[in-house]
Amino acid sequence: MYIELKNVNKRFGDFQATKDISLDIEKGQLVALLGPSGSGKTTILRMIAGLEMPDSGDIVIDGKRVNDIPPVQRRVGFVFQNYALFRYMTVYDNIAFGLDIKKMDKKAIKARVSELLELTELTGLEKRYPNELSGGQRQRVAFARALAPEPGLLLLDEPFAAIDAKVRKELRQWLREMIHKVGITSIFVTHDQDEAVEVADQIIVTNNGQIEQSGTPFDIYKLPQTAFVAEFVGNPVFVKNYNCLRGFTDGDYDYYIIRPEFVEAFKSDNIHFKEIIDFSQKGIIKDIMFCGNMLQVSIDVAGQEVVTHRSMERRSISVGEEMNVIIYRVFAVSGNEVTLLENSFLKEMDLTGRNREKYLYSDDGYFAG
Amino acid sequence: MSKKRNIKILMIIISTLFVLLMLVFPLASVLVNSFSKGLEFYFNSLKTEYFFSALGLTCIVTFITVIVNSFFGIIASYLLTRYSFAGKHILATLIDIPFSISPVIAGLAFIMMFGRLGWATPIIDTINSITGWNIKIVFAIPGVVLATIFVTFPFVSREIIPVLNAVGTDEEEAAAIMGASGFTIFRKITFPHIKWALAYGVVLCSARAIGEFGAVNALSKTRGMTFTLPLEIDALYLSGSSDSIVAAYAVSSILVLVSVILLVIRNILEYRSDRIKISVEERAEIKED
Repeated sequence: MYIELKNVNKRFGDFQATKDISLDIEKGQLVALLGPSGSGKTTILRMIAGLEMPDSGDIVIDGKRVNDIPPVQRRVGFVFQNYALFRYMTVYDNIAFGLDIKKMDKKAIKARVSELLELTELTGLEKRYPNELSGGQRQRVAFARALAPEPGLLLLDEPFAAIDAKVRKELRQWLREMIHKVGITSIFVTHDQDEAVEVADQIIVTNNGQIEQSGTPFDIYKLPQTAFVAEFVGNPVFVKNYNCLRGFTDGDYDYYIIRPEFVEAFKSDNIHFKEIIDFSQKGIIKDIMFCGNMLQVSIDVAGQEVVTHRSMERRSISVGEEMNVIIYRVFAVSGNEVTLLENSFLKEMDLTGRNREKYLYSDDGYFAG
Repeated sequence: MSKKRNIKILMIIISTLFVLLMLVFPLASVLVNSFSKGLEFYFNSLKTEYFFSALGLTCIVTFITVIVNSFFGIIASYLLTRYSFAGKHILATLIDIPFSISPVIAGLAFIMMFGRLGWATPIIDTINSITGWNIKIVFAIPGVVLATIFVTFPFVSREIIPVLNAVGTDEEEAAAIMGASGFTIFRKITFPHIKWALAYGVVLCSARAIGEFGAVNALSKTRGMTFTLPLEIDALYLSGSSDSIVAAYAVSSILVLVSVILLVIRNILEYRSDRIKISVEERAEIKED
């Protein structure tokens, strides 16, 4: 393991920022620390960097316990949330700063800086000041500055938080590609699940100063292991009175978590669903929200509100309309346990999963219903 | 719309009248009076030994005050914004005491400390007897300096603290991660941020130090020795002859002149720091378009 945290505790006054945290990160991985604000993710990052000292526990980088080693000797690069570019220095001086401090030869500094400028596509901007750059350019300077002293580990605190939505998506891809290209082990902190899922190789979900789950984005999304992860990831709807949902009458759970993709709603004359229409139940459309590439539809099913997404290619619907609703699966929560439950009717007929595509992608065209 | 305009015009009139009556006319009459006995008399009243003594002392006191308060102000603001410790808020409040306390009390406080019956006097006496020096605080130049420092010491830190708070610690941390030493961080990262605030604080501090009367008055009794310009003006005025009163106005006009110069410097500093900010932001916006 390249980075190990063992039973790390950190307290700020009355606030326990991390509780007995242990984690392992392999070399070369791009890891997301995902969690709500106050969950301890930034504290973990800052402790790895050496900006905070843990109260107890060990931090190990590359086989060496670094608790008592100052930040610079840990060989970490840090990209701050607002980039923390040196406002009174040019782009060049910003990137060269860490090399200057190391008393590197001027020629070598120049070569390294131009190499990084090229890598981050900032060539030509070296004489600019940070205030003269766009958000995306600033992030790239911060990235280049952190990489300049050739750290073994790159830490990024909410790297996309300060960028407007339009550029953010582009930059996610850019950063992902760049980090893989450089091949540096990286950890970034985010509260945005989409960001974590899209960018990271591995996600560590934190909550209340503890680690809830660690795994690939796919596992985190599809197989949440704790109630918190099931609630934090995806767009969950909570259903308390779950016995009224057809196909889910068994069991004793606290509540269900239903994601939009678990719910199918179709009109009663839709031939593509005729095989399973008997397993559906009626629901009334309460609200339709236009989300650009799809509709988000709230449906009242036996007094329970569920939400589904609807492709814009399908027939139009309106508020108050009656729909047939089938719920494919749910996350059933009891205590902190999460169980994935399949619709019992569909399961019996082997209609979940494997056969579902038949209904969605029929001969009549994509989402013809 | 026209009602709004009327209100605006009314407010302009009120403000202008107020400033004219309260500030401009009184100050103008100082200038007019100072020349009431002719130019020659004006310059003669600025040629007295008392005046030069007072002018020299004012410069010395202001210089020492600015140096001491800048040093203290930078350290205090750094401490208050970059470290957390028990009693931080109490310290921050204590620094502001001179803003709310009457300067006369500042003067009296030093008399209580270093006067004939003051508790610190034996310490000074001991130092004098051991070293053979003859340090006097009260009714001597050190007392004048101490009193001036007392009344002006929040100025620099009050200008710097908000800037340090607004700038945050990210840049300093970024530099620390790359291995910069504390002094390098201050010199290359922190200082460029606070230099205009520091300059502004120095100007405010100087203006107040030059003009301070109450605190210095309590600690300074020898005309021609420990009198600063405001005390000299007071002495001239109180001596009561029509000549000396006009002389008092003449000396006052010098103080007014200094204030105006400081005001101009202050505005240039303010304008400069603003302009740098604005032009940079404007350029950045153009780039982003």
